Amino acid sequence: MKLRLIPVAALLAAALAFPAAAQKKYDPGASDSEIKIGNTNPYSGPASAYGTIGKSIAAYFRMLNEQGGINGRKINFVSYDDSYSPPKTVEMTRKLVEQDQVLFMFQPLGTPSNTAIHKYMNLKKVPQLFVATGATKWNDPKGFPWTMGWQPNYQDEGKIYARHILETKPNAKIAVLYQNDDYGKDYLKGFKDGLGAKNAKMIVAEASYEVSEPTVDSQIVQLKASGADVLFNIATPKFAAQAIRKVYDLGWKPVHYVNNVSASIGSVLTPAGLDKSVGVITTSYLKDVLDPEWANDPGVNKFKEFMKKYYPDGNVVDSSNIFGYTVARTMEQVLRQCGDNLTRANVMKQAASIKNLKLDTLIPGIEINTGPQDYAPIQAVQLQRFNGQRYERFGKVLSSEH
Amino acid sequence: MTRKNLVLLLVLLAVACVLPFLVTDYRTFQFTLVLIYAIALLGLNILTGYNGQISLGHGAFYAIGAYAAAILMDKFGVPYWLTIPAAGAVCLVAGFLFGLPALRLEGLYLALATFALGVTVPQLLKYHHVEQWTGGVQGIVIAKPEAPFGLPLSADQWLYYFTLAITVVMFLFGWNLLRGRVGRALVAIRDHHIAAEAMGINNALYKSLAFGVSAMYTGIAGALGAIAVQFVAPDSFNVFLSIVFLVGIVVGGLASISGAIYGALFIQFIPNFADEISKAAPWAIFGVLMIGFVYLMPTGVAGAIRMLRARWAARQTVSMKVKLKEETP
Repeated sequence: MKLRLIPVAALLAAALAFPAAAQKKYDPGASDSEIKIGNTNPYSGPASAYGTIGKSIAAYFRMLNEQGGINGRKINFVSYDDSYSPPKTVEMTRKLVEQDQVLFMFQPLGTPSNTAIHKYMNLKKVPQLFVATGATKWNDPKGFPWTMGWQPNYQDEGKIYARHILETKPNAKIAVLYQNDDYGKDYLKGFKDGLGAKNAKMIVAEASYEVSEPTVDSQIVQLKASGADVLFNIATPKFAAQAIRKVYDLGWKPVHYVNNVSASIGSVLTPAGLDKSVGVITTSYLKDVLDPEWANDPGVNKFKEFMKKYYPDGNVVDSSNIFGYTVARTMEQVLRQCGDNLTRANVMKQAASIKNLKLDTLIPGIEINTGPQDYAPIQAVQLQRFNGQRYERFGKVLSSEH
Repeated sequence: MTRKNLVLLLVLLAVACVLPFLVTDYRTFQFTLVLIYAIALLGLNILTGYNGQISLGHGAFYAIGAYAAAILMDKFGVPYWLTIPAAGAVCLVAGFLFGLPALRLEGLYLALATFALGVTVPQLLKYHHVEQWTGGVQGIVIAKPEAPFGLPLSADQWLYYFTLAITVVMFLFGWNLLRGRVGRALVAIRDHHIAAEAMGINNALYKSLAFGVSAMYTGIAGALGAIAVQFVAPDSFNVFLSIVFLVGIVVGGLASISGAIYGALFIQFIPNFADEISKAAPWAIFGVLMIGFVYLMPTGVAGAIRMLRARWAARQTVSMKVKLKEETP
């Protein structure tokens, strides 16, 4: 009697189990009601100015939850302070992964902090998504398949300047100022790759500086003496400002490219002198809230409303906030793509299959694209020139891909 | 050491031994960090608590120890356990050499000199002539050691036991050093250096030795810290680390060996606790807690415990006397 029931029971069990298994798949951190996401940000310490990125992301997910979440699931965004100290990042990341059991890490901030957890995340096979740093090494799908960057990386940006020079000034004599560390060399490598081997001679002078040096005045004097008519300024804000001022004071008038790291009007061009900064060229990929062209832009207006309602303490013109807002929307897109298959492997797979994603806070023409061999989401930027008051964008959107 | 203390210590050690089997790997990792901080704090306590020389730059020795271990492992393939004595030796020499000129400085001036050391070292690590060794701002990533001899332990559990063994050795060594002639000499110099000199203590030698030994302890802790975190970078060792160490020995108890452990628990867990209470102002919460500790326990946690035990013992004797009186008609 009993034996006869076994096939029935088996059929019943299969019928019950199968549709569920086919539809919903969860790893730790995901359930019918919630997706748990981990993050570290410097809310205190030397880099605490960047902490507003974490806050704007949290605000965005709060808004999303009010609107019903993603596919019916609420986002539980757990963000800890790491004070920009790598050992603290390791500790907090381990807490998030092992104790809080997050599905994945999203936007941990800082190159040293992400380097500290790079190996760990890949060993644990937990996604380390859209990290907040411009280093090129995050685009390494073969070596580190669980880690992905987001913003245009330094090498890509360097390539774009090189391409612009080749197009507009093929006989340029180029001088390069760079910070002597991985960040500076990353840019320089991209720039040289962009020029190509046969144009390598266009660079007539290179000068590096150490972060510990008080000024870069002597480097600028040396670069001017080379007779160059183009200057590529790969410097962090303080040094970039010194360089801009010194170039002007020497009466040198090169076409002056400044890396995006030092694009800020407030912390670079103002101390250098706004009148002395006229003509400086840099790149952008996010809409600038102050740009009059976006005064009635629906995307920017929506962002402003978001800030007013969900993050009223935040500074709406601080570009870190529109950065946090835009990267959170990229994350939202990936999670929508995941549907009910919320495994770590699928999150990574979906992150690596974003096709032509347009977000209305990115400059029109810039799209987010990724693939199994392409872990660099944003690769296009637009050049912009400073006119004494604000940046004016010019030319078409340039991409490092071809 | 009384028998009661010995029993208490053995019980504590037994608890420490079973701990990794009771908690998760992540907690085990945190307790490993507590042990590491305890070694560093004991080192600083030898210098500041026992010898009275204030150091605001012990983060520098911690960094030197960490880098010594990381460079040996990364560039020379030295096994991790060998890097511990090597880092200790490097820091012993570095500390002794720094101690020599520091002899001329007292009190606040010494504090400033060590502060300068703490500020300088992270920048020197980025210096481009040493970059091929230190990895510049990028730092060095190192592999985590696995448990040897096929022991059924996770990497975190193994590292915890490895650190525990070193902690026990370092504490025994420290206890041996401080309870004897050397310890008395150090305290004598702290309390009245002229009187100490008159008693025949070589002030210069003892003070530089205290610096060297103290740096050695902190360097060994740094090496263990590098192995536990698997990464070193200049940003890991900013001057704030040195200040946190000083906070640790004051909260734990100056001139107290067990104080190092209480201080380590404080600097490991209180900042996390503060962060959980308030995201906006974790350091304000930390500050309030710190002031609370200092007000309620002016001699540190170790001092407070000592006082409580003394009171309890006194009450015991009193009640015993009362009992005796009652019994004798």
